[in-house]
Amino acid sequence: MTTVEEKAGSGGKRVSEDMLRAFFREMLLIRRFEEKVEERFRAGDLPGFLHVAIGQEAVATGVCAALEGDDVIASTHRAHGHAIAKGTPVERIMAELYGKQEGCSRGYGGSMHLYDLEVGNLGANAVVAGGIPAVVGSALAFQMRGEERVAVAFFGDGATNAGTFHESMNLAQLWKVPAVFVLENNGWAESTPATQHLPLPVDELGKRALAYGMKLIEGDGQDVEAVYLATRAARDHALSGAGPVLVHLRTHRLTGHYIGDPQVYRDKEELERERKTYDPIDLLRARLELSDGDFAALDAEVTAEVEASVEFAKAGTDPDPGDALKYVYA
Amino acid sequence: MPETTYREAVRDALRQALRQDESVFLMGEDIAEMGGSMAVTQGLLDEFGPKRVRNTPISEMAIVGSGIGAAIQGMRPVVEIMYEDFLTLSMEQLVNQAAKHRTMSGGQIKVPLTIRTQGGAGWSPGAQHAQQLEAWFVHVPGLKVVFASTPEDVRGLLWSAIYDDNPVVFFEHRTLYPIKGEVPDELEPIPLGEARIHREGEDVTVVATGRLVHEALAAAEQAESEGISVEVVDPRTLLPLDEETIIESVKKTTRCVTAHEAVTRGGFGAELAAVIQHAAFDWLDAPIERVGAKFAPLPFAPVMEQHVVPHAEDVLEAIKRTTARAG
Repeated sequence: MTTVEEKAGSGGKRVSEDMLRAFFREMLLIRRFEEKVEERFRAGDLPGFLHVAIGQEAVATGVCAALEGDDVIASTHRAHGHAIAKGTPVERIMAELYGKQEGCSRGYGGSMHLYDLEVGNLGANAVVAGGIPAVVGSALAFQMRGEERVAVAFFGDGATNAGTFHESMNLAQLWKVPAVFVLENNGWAESTPATQHLPLPVDELGKRALAYGMKLIEGDGQDVEAVYLATRAARDHALSGAGPVLVHLRTHRLTGHYIGDPQVYRDKEELERERKTYDPIDLLRARLELSDGDFAALDAEVTAEVEASVEFAKAGTDPDPGDALKYVYA
Repeated sequence: MPETTYREAVRDALRQALRQDESVFLMGEDIAEMGGSMAVTQGLLDEFGPKRVRNTPISEMAIVGSGIGAAIQGMRPVVEIMYEDFLTLSMEQLVNQAAKHRTMSGGQIKVPLTIRTQGGAGWSPGAQHAQQLEAWFVHVPGLKVVFASTPEDVRGLLWSAIYDDNPVVFFEHRTLYPIKGEVPDELEPIPLGEARIHREGEDVTVVATGRLVHEALAAAEQAESEGISVEVVDPRTLLPLDEETIIESVKKTTRCVTAHEAVTRGGFGAELAAVIQHAAFDWLDAPIERVGAKFAPLPFAPVMEQHVVPHAEDVLEAIKRTTARAG
């Protein structure tokens, strides 16, 4: 068995406090962005179908911080945090949610199809597991051309039951392409809990890597440092030619599947307990021992950034309906 | 290469593209040592090696999906789906991903991917190895669809498909692989979206695709001997469609038969009929006749298989039905 199981950070590696503070700022920016998106959707500003990643900010930030500029990601329906962390300015994401030409997909994509090729975001995907095979192919292209780049797929526990996931894992390991598969395991497939969609305990889902002889690295998805170290180790391994890596990050969705989800399927007391126990921003704030004053200053800063993104989006240009067919063919 | 087979013509386009361009590579089931289940890729592994002629697991979603990813990164992958029946397994990647990335990204992404596949009846494989599913893909904005019927066309069209910046589903017909035809010495790309008039005629236009082009030409010969002059047009590219050539032909002949091996109901002939009646309503002297397979999964026994799929006689009967109407 060539597969190695690792616990991120077990080698004693740590990231600097400065980096942690930068991570904290970005996670808070994602949180405030998501809260604003919920608010503007409820106010009737935003069309479409939206999913926020409140509770999963450490995954987006830690993974993307561990990547280099030329690396690429493919995201999921819960995409806003990934897009922010990969480097798309929040105003271009907000403009996309408002359906404006200034949006990162020029108003053609929406919340579930945020793209930004310039920063290496190959796109969010509204089909669960739908973006994974293209990550294998991107990594194959890098391998064939001898480029020092990795391709990263984000997906959740629900996606690991899709054939697309299994075929992609199998092919990626067979060809040892430089891919990193980030399993963002929040224990929910939309409204269906892991106990109803996984035949193994939710915390052991990473074992699926073993079936492909693929290296598995585990990390606590609420601990941004662990996420960063796990991804960094995975990137090194993938680029060494030893094959791709499954990075299993246990995380918590501290909100509904979509904005407006009444979560009738979820125990209210348990959700409250999770919010108090697993909020990655609270956890990092405590660890950094931020004073109330420091936190308030930082919060004001990112909140202003989010407010400015709304103003930018509202002032954006509506697409010409006649341009709807502009990009059907290259 | 004055005369060559359809099979060798496909291989020649692949070989020349692989020679010319490092970004071109092949992926598919059994395409390397075995040379493909239709022997199309024979010899290519020896010339180009296993990195560019890649055997894959039996994983159609991953074959097409990884082709999409490589294409997004600037490669020009040519993937082979062994039988078009198996395209059904890759539909999600083709329809939701390959076809839509460009629009969903607001024009940031290109997917220069070619998906070669083949199908067709005439050898009694039963219901899951001989379907003709090209019409499904014509319904999907963002895809291009090609169905070539001669050695010259298949070579020139495949070249254009490989160098098109969009995903192209490229249909070959199993029974056409051994047929021979003249091809130019030098590979001449045939632009996508241009129909070919195989035979000029005055009384009726037959718009045929794939194997039925040859059945239509045989029917036209017979009709000629009975005093009916038949024009045979092969669209070659179903999406985008060369509507102009087809409509001009029908305006000239005033009658039209569509012919394909796929089942008639919901087939490409339905789209052709709709386009033609709308553009040439005042010219038509008879209802457009559609020739296609009967509405059944293909049965195994040869006599039943032959009963279900259309032949030259079916085209000839349709020609006679349409010319029997008063002008």
